[in-house]
Amino acid sequence: MNIDITNRVLPGIGVCQEIDLRDGHRIGVVSRRNGLRDLIFYDEEGEGAAAAVSLSEDEANAVAEVLGAPALTFRLAVLQRHAEGLIVEQLPVPADSPYARRPLGDTQARTRTGASIVAVLRQGAAVTSPTPDFVLLPGDLVVTVGTQAAIDQVAQILDGTADSADRTPNG
Amino acid sequence: MEVLAAAETSGAHVAVLLVELGSILFVLGLLGQLAQRISFPVIPIYLLAGLAFGQGGFLALSASRDFVNVAADIGVILLLLMLGLEYSADELTASIRTQTPIGVIDGVLNAMPGAALALIAGWGVPATVALAGITWVSSSGVIAKLLADNGRLGNRETPVVLGVLVMEDLAMALYLPLLTVLLAGGGTGGIFLAISIAVATIAVVMLVATRYGHHVTTLVSAKDNESLLLGILGLTLLVAGIAEALKVSAAVGAFLVGIAVSGTVAQTAAELLTPLRDLFAAVFFVFFGLSTSPGSLPPVLLPALALAVITSVTKLATGYIAAQRVKVKRRGRWRAAVALIPRGEFSVVMAALAVAAGAEADIGPLTACYVLLTIIIGAAVQRLPDRLKPEPRRRRAPQEPTVAS
Repeated sequence: MNIDITNRVLPGIGVCQEIDLRDGHRIGVVSRRNGLRDLIFYDEEGEGAAAAVSLSEDEANAVAEVLGAPALTFRLAVLQRHAEGLIVEQLPVPADSPYARRPLGDTQARTRTGASIVAVLRQGAAVTSPTPDFVLLPGDLVVTVGTQAAIDQVAQILDGTADSADRTPNG
Repeated sequence: MEVLAAAETSGAHVAVLLVELGSILFVLGLLGQLAQRISFPVIPIYLLAGLAFGQGGFLALSASRDFVNVAADIGVILLLLMLGLEYSADELTASIRTQTPIGVIDGVLNAMPGAALALIAGWGVPATVALAGITWVSSSGVIAKLLADNGRLGNRETPVVLGVLVMEDLAMALYLPLLTVLLAGGGTGGIFLAISIAVATIAVVMLVATRYGHHVTTLVSAKDNESLLLGILGLTLLVAGIAEALKVSAAVGAFLVGIAVSGTVAQTAAELLTPLRDLFAAVFFVFFGLSTSPGSLPPVLLPALALAVITSVTKLATGYIAAQRVKVKRRGRWRAAVALIPRGEFSVVMAALAVAAGAEADIGPLTACYVLLTIIIGAAVQRLPDRLKPEPRRRRAPQEPTVAS
């Protein structure tokens, strides 16, 4: 698991970080000061680029999230194995959900059910540890950790089938 | 009535100025697009455009001359300011520690051919010093673009190439004041004084930048971009003006301001100033082309070609030795070698100083040809090292476990 990253300072441009892969390939990332990132695949000598692609800041973030998402799932799987009785589920936010386009905090999921929302998956990217002001959108997958009963309750809240704090029977 | 007539002529003057300026910038925009498409640096294109617009060229300027003149001065200042902003004081001190030997080799190898040609031509000391500087300094702008376009930023030899450029830029902080005094015709005393002022200023600025850089930064830092832009531009022009008055050269003052400003403020300032720099630097290169009459080019073409070939070879040697010092393999050494060939902004800045001081008539056209040729040669040979056979790679860890019998 221990991977060495070699850093090279590029005066006036930024920094280059190089990683040796276990199959003998070497890859690198140049972080330029202007926000651009260059992804480098080194040639057989390991000193020059065989191929290089330039990524904008947004593209680089997207790539990082795609690469980082499995790590999150992996961590959740470990958590699931270790804590008896706790499960992880991805709950959809339906289009007619009362909480679609509303901040996550409005669901009061943790207070009402005891389950924790650890991440929200949106269009393949993961937003980890969303804050209460994070606005849910239809189609989001809410990654929830808790007991089966608590998770079922969160699902009902998102579906709008639970007794809601702000939708009283008289309302 | 007189007032009205005056207003009318000034109105006509403004109209001509706008038309001239507009057509220059518009043509530059089109040429820039073309350069981008063929992935070629813009500096030579701007120089050529200037030659075309200039005395005896396709279109002679009248009204916009003064404006272009001032804009060219600001262009130099912004070029140097941005160069200073790009380097942090820590990067500079680190480079001085590790790169000084190669900086000296670079200076000796590449300044000599220029000095030799000037002596053969029988030029005076100021013009000789100018031409030595012109052949010495590679172009940070052109080289950074070529490295990025060829995907070489991550290469093992790239820090070495950039290290050479840092040393050259630093050396220019001493060389430009020296040249300015020589051109102004100051005696030994004047030269000594100017160099002392320059060294003292640089030492103070480096000290201030490394120890109290945040104070300078606070002085210009602002919450809104507008105030930051005005603040840093104002401070730079002010310091550049004072430096010019002290005969240290405005360019050096701007460079030092760039170094003194650090951190995120430097980064934001660099972002804000980039469009301004692009505009005024373009005008500077065009202006240099403008003040060179195309008719003066043919006689200097052969010397310029000889100089370009010789100093391409000396730059090859510089890059090769620099990469060898840090144990880069053969292919990387040649990549470093070819990377350093293009000359550019500093060469033109020095030639412009020499021309403005009336040092030697030929130095302007010679430099224009020389810079164009080195960039063309440099761009042409850029990909040749890739054809060399690769050396086998040393593995950091054995790939397969060796079987012990």
